Amino acid sequence: MKKEEIPQDVSALGKITKEICYATDSEGKYNAELSSGWEVKITALDVAWEEIQKRITAAKEQVLSHKASPLLFFMEYRLMDTAILAGYTGFWQWQIKRHLKPGVFNKLSDKQLEKYAEAFNIEVEDLKTMTVHEN
Amino acid sequence: MKIEFEHRQAAHCESGVTSNLLSISSGGKITEPLAFGIGAGLFFAYIPFIKVNNGPAIAFRTFPGYIFKRTAKSLGIPIVSKKFSSKEKAETYLKECLDNGNPVGCQVGVYYLPYFPREYRFHFNAHNLIVYGMDGDNYLVSDPIMESTNVMSSYELERVRFAKGALAPNGLIYYPKKGAIITDEVMKQAIKNGIKKNVYNMLSIPGSFAGISGIRNTGNKIKKWRDKLGIEISKLYLAQMVRMQEEIGTGGGGFRYIYGAFLQEADAYLPGNQLAEYSVMFTKTGDMWRNAAVHAAGIYKGRIGSQEDFNIMGDYLLEIAEVEKQAFETLKNIKWQ
Repeated sequence: MKKEEIPQDVSALGKITKEICYATDSEGKYNAELSSGWEVKITALDVAWEEIQKRITAAKEQVLSHKASPLLFFMEYRLMDTAILAGYTGFWQWQIKRHLKPGVFNKLSDKQLEKYAEAFNIEVEDLKTMTVHEN
Repeated sequence: MKIEFEHRQAAHCESGVTSNLLSISSGGKITEPLAFGIGAGLFFAYIPFIKVNNGPAIAFRTFPGYIFKRTAKSLGIPIVSKKFSSKEKAETYLKECLDNGNPVGCQVGVYYLPYFPREYRFHFNAHNLIVYGMDGDNYLVSDPIMESTNVMSSYELERVRFAKGALAPNGLIYYPKKGAIITDEVMKQAIKNGIKKNVYNMLSIPGSFAGISGIRNTGNKIKKWRDKLGIEISKLYLAQMVRMQEEIGTGGGGFRYIYGAFLQEADAYLPGNQLAEYSVMFTKTGDMWRNAAVHAAGIYKGRIGSQEDFNIMGDYLLEIAEVEKQAFETLKNIKWQ
């Protein structure tokens, strides 16, 4: 890639930091240059987030229609599968799968809920009520 | 408390951390491209039985942790590298290192990394940063992909050092010991070893998921994605491939360009081996990966999407495989001067 071909489309990261990329000058010599982002990459990220948003919306509907516990919503919201959530909480994956049932979830102790809340970086109350505050 | 340490921004996190840590023990000789090349950073792997974010796991550079280890080992720099099961012990050890005046590399997950924009926060656990001091309860952090340094609370740092999921860091901390003397002779040998290792990884790793055969295999697979997975999932897969290709901070077929820069710098140590000329081949494949990404974007944006478009997409990878094969065979056949 030549220096003058370095893309300068503004990405989400570009607002915070420019990225280094190596590009060649007029004599073909490589130098470290700065890029604020590349549209191709930005769209790839957008595609990923649109899919995640769909999954979050579907999860929310499942919870509202009492087919799943709020755990499902926050798992999608935090992009966690049962393996990752098991890592953060210390629960076994089969336990998490049980906790995804509203009936089982409603009987969880405060201590158990606290583990989930910490994994999702939220308050227990928000977990129960499916409330999202931050970015 | 602050250790004398120079934050230098880099294109890629691990080669950046490696060069920034080794820059002290090497007297500034180890730049990012040299670390990437000596650490045999260039790679390709498509691991079909692992899923990342519900998509295929594709890597364009070597396994996490290898660049630092290989580079230090090749240069004869002794390293310390530790994982922890206890968060408390991990922090105590970190503080000890800082007290002894050692900036340290840490493997972290990016999901809860506070200074990353949300759009970039996935459960990707093979990110690397350097901790170089404390300010009260806060840690001073040099993340090589950021323009400037950052501050993290001890809770924030603990959380990313103990991120969970695939490639969980388990508090991994690493740093070079002081005192190694890196002569030009050592550099020459390390560069040659790095090139040989990378030649092996790309040309000779058995199986069809890694190296050149991995690229070819993936190209052939892509042609079948549309029929097999349907257009919507194929789009997600292609977007994921482009994201892996570019990662953060490699901006454009990036790893191939870093390798091109490496060969140019290596040429100064090993003149008469045409390394600077061979660098052009990597510029070419970097450009080809970029063109492939532009085509992929056409598909995942929904602008194009016929079977013919998927055939073209697959052919891009087949052509790249051919060019990278030639490039590494050329490196393999160097009669070192």
